[in-house]
Amino acid sequence: MPNFIDRRLNPKDKSLGNRRRFLKRAREELKRTIKEQIKAGKIADVDAEHRVPMPERGVGEPSFQPSPTTGERQYVLPGNHEFSPGDRLPKPSARGGASGKGAGTGESEDDFQFVLSRDEVLDLFFEDLELPDMVKLNLKESVAFKPRRAGFATSGSPTNINVGRTMRNSYGRRIALRRPSRADVAAVADELAKLQAESNTSGAHQKRIEALREELDKLERRRRRIAYVDPVDIRFNRFEPQPLPNASAVMFCLMDVSASMGEREKDLAKRFFVLLHLFLKRRYKRIDIVFIRHTDEAGEVDENTFFYSKQSGGTVVSTAIEEMLRIIEERYPAREWNIYAAQASDGENSAGDSDLCVSLLHRQVMRLCQYYAYVEIIDERETEIFGTTDNGTSLWRAYRTVDSEWSNFQMTRIARPSDIYPVFRKLFARQPTMQRRTERR
Amino acid sequence: MPKGAASNLLFRDSDWNFETLSRTYDAIETIALDELLLDVYPNQLEIISSEQMLDAYSSVGMPLMYQHWSFGKRFVFEEHLYRKGRRGLAYELVINSNPCITYLMEENTMAMQALVTAHAAFGHNHFFKNNYLFQQWTDASAILSYMEFAKKYIAKCEERYGTSEVEVILDSAHALMDQGVFRYRRPPRLSSEKERERARERLEYEEQTYSDLWRTLPPSPDGHGSKEAERDASERKKELNLPEENLLYFLEKTSLILEPWQRELLRIVRVIAQYFYPQRQTKVMNEGCATFVHYTIMNRLFDQGRISEGSMLEMLHSHSNVVFQPSFDDPRFPGINPYALGFAMMQDIQRVCTDPTPEDRDWFPEIAGSGKWRETLIDAWANHRDESFILQYLSPALIRKFRLFLLTDEAGDNYCEVASIHNERGYETIRTALARSYDVAANQSDIQVVDVDLLGDRHLRLQHNVKNGILLDEASRDATLRHVRHLWGYDVSLAGIDAETDDVLYECSTAQAFE
Repeated sequence: MPNFIDRRLNPKDKSLGNRRRFLKRAREELKRTIKEQIKAGKIADVDAEHRVPMPERGVGEPSFQPSPTTGERQYVLPGNHEFSPGDRLPKPSARGGASGKGAGTGESEDDFQFVLSRDEVLDLFFEDLELPDMVKLNLKESVAFKPRRAGFATSGSPTNINVGRTMRNSYGRRIALRRPSRADVAAVADELAKLQAESNTSGAHQKRIEALREELDKLERRRRRIAYVDPVDIRFNRFEPQPLPNASAVMFCLMDVSASMGEREKDLAKRFFVLLHLFLKRRYKRIDIVFIRHTDEAGEVDENTFFYSKQSGGTVVSTAIEEMLRIIEERYPAREWNIYAAQASDGENSAGDSDLCVSLLHRQVMRLCQYYAYVEIIDERETEIFGTTDNGTSLWRAYRTVDSEWSNFQMTRIARPSDIYPVFRKLFARQPTMQRRTERR
Repeated sequence: MPKGAASNLLFRDSDWNFETLSRTYDAIETIALDELLLDVYPNQLEIISSEQMLDAYSSVGMPLMYQHWSFGKRFVFEEHLYRKGRRGLAYELVINSNPCITYLMEENTMAMQALVTAHAAFGHNHFFKNNYLFQQWTDASAILSYMEFAKKYIAKCEERYGTSEVEVILDSAHALMDQGVFRYRRPPRLSSEKERERARERLEYEEQTYSDLWRTLPPSPDGHGSKEAERDASERKKELNLPEENLLYFLEKTSLILEPWQRELLRIVRVIAQYFYPQRQTKVMNEGCATFVHYTIMNRLFDQGRISEGSMLEMLHSHSNVVFQPSFDDPRFPGINPYALGFAMMQDIQRVCTDPTPEDRDWFPEIAGSGKWRETLIDAWANHRDESFILQYLSPALIRKFRLFLLTDEAGDNYCEVASIHNERGYETIRTALARSYDVAANQSDIQVVDVDLLGDRHLRLQHNVKNGILLDEASRDATLRHVRHLWGYDVSLAGIDAETDDVLYECSTAQAFE
């Protein structure tokens, strides 16, 4: 008789600690990869699951390994059908020898990827933006749910009992188990009473009474044993949480692509737009993104062109605002859509055009928009000079007048990735009061 | 099947419970001990769930293991394959310990549990207990308590010196695990708990009382002739027992920068490497033995009418999956399947003993027709490792059955040449080549410590004896050397010397790598 031990109830996940250690080590590498993917991918994709290849650096386990491309080897292989000694076979690949194919774990390890959940991706994304923890939670908060009827359940709270369904089950069960109805009992009782009332003392009569009594007794017992409503009959209404349908929003990304907007500037702008997108996604069920880029003329483009095209030229900012107004009129009526706009620029504008922008904003845009954010991307060296003053480019100075008049207009300057989040927070901090004021208007 | 026989069945359906497990175990035990004459450690069968099986996998199959991120990595990897359905879980896991621990998975059907019991609790168990490598090199009764000690000790170190401090030492030690075994001389037995405790106390005492002030350096004599220098070198090599093939052992004993607890960590890694070394040398025999035992026992139980036809078919199905050998040009070909080769060879031995052909009489005059297949197998299991087993017992009939052929591959050419095939002229060559491919010591890069001047620049010199021109992969070589340097504390260099011509093929040093 052997010794049997049931270990099933032992704690599982004995390796959890090891996995944590592994992820901690892999983290730096994951962060780098995620950053790359976000840089190259679409704005809307940031907020999704990501596949990240198994990181090599930091979690490699080197050891002395023979190099497959050197030396002489011999292989014994099974399954010869046609070869005779002296036959020559071309090598299948540079990996040397027939044992190269599918040999070892090397190849399968290559296609092993981490799947990072949305939250993990956001964690890594925000880590770079130096996000305080509290706000991170807030950003990840999911939308409100409304309970929706979804069939029946066998358990639930008493308030949710579905009487109709319960009684139907009960009726079916009573029929199936042949529970005597009240009418059946009454019929027997009536007959018994009638017979008892007669003063017939014959044997047959007494026997009949006896039989009826027994019958009645049996019926009563049966009725008692088979409940009218049994716990198995009870059905509860089941509710499923359904995400609340909320309004749609459209996000306009306006960017200056004149020569001064280099790789770094575009990357900063992209991160800003990504953050805006994440923020809006939490509040609205459906968001459209419209990309408008401008030189001295503006046009709507797709995301790829927006960030990666090399087109360049002079700068007339107002063209972008006009294009945005045209698109709003065409596709996004302000009654149905919440309109957000973010403009990223280095602040250079052709002479006189800044005033046109301001008047466009004053007269039309600010009435239509929920919020308009202007982000000026400046050189890191300029932070010292411009960080705190009102001085700056012509666009910046012109926009100051809009800023003082409209509370749903915000402007700020960024120079580094780590600036983005604090700035973003500043831009969107006054949201509640702003909304109230727009409503009043 | 007659009605009376049906009542004799050990189990009917696929569900299992402890009663059927136990009844089946007893029936299997009777056959294993009385008919197959096996000799086993007491068995301990543990039921675990599939998650626990994954856990056990990732800690190298040991029930107790210290914590390290690489086990987490392995878990993530295994789980990924399992989830994708690319790899099934093993049905069993067995640990070379006394009592012998076998893991049975909860998800297995009763038929599978019976198969696993026969396979692991008797096949592997017998092999562990009787094979000379395991007897000489591992200590089944001490391993579990040693692992417990190791786990506690490492946890204590992490507490005292910080997880990352411990981790860097373990990382470096893991990199040298392959070079952390004694291949030729017998390692010291694992000491008992008490002795270890005493040794550790002594170390701690030394640690407390050690003072650098008391150290005196011998004055260095002037005016060395080159001959004297050479003699000096040979003397100090002798003193340090150089050359030394066990790098971990050398570093543990000789490194000048390691703290006592760090040496103990190296020792733990080394002991574990040594413990698994016999398993790597006997993969074909060990799996072959277990497979042969379960196949024989299951058939016997079926003949006795104790297993239903349905259960038998289920077992045969998984049996034939296990011993499936795809051809070299099959996309599923992963190399020679040790289960297939081992099982086929053992069946072949049985056939040679009971029903030999004239060819077998030529090749195996001692055993052919002797009829004593049990004794022959028990003897083979006890006294061979894969290499010698194949060299001794691989028969021409089996070479034909597997249609084995020999390819030679030279790095410079862009073709491989077929050297031998399964014909009269090829049997010997194929058998020798196949045997050699299972010689772990010969296939692993031979790297030894050859020299170090402890009183001079403390430059550690390693030598790689290059066989057949097979060099090391450079990226992993340099990364591993950095780990050696980390444990040694001073520069380390590695020279590749051709084993036949003594030519220096390459030289590299951590001093260059960091410049």
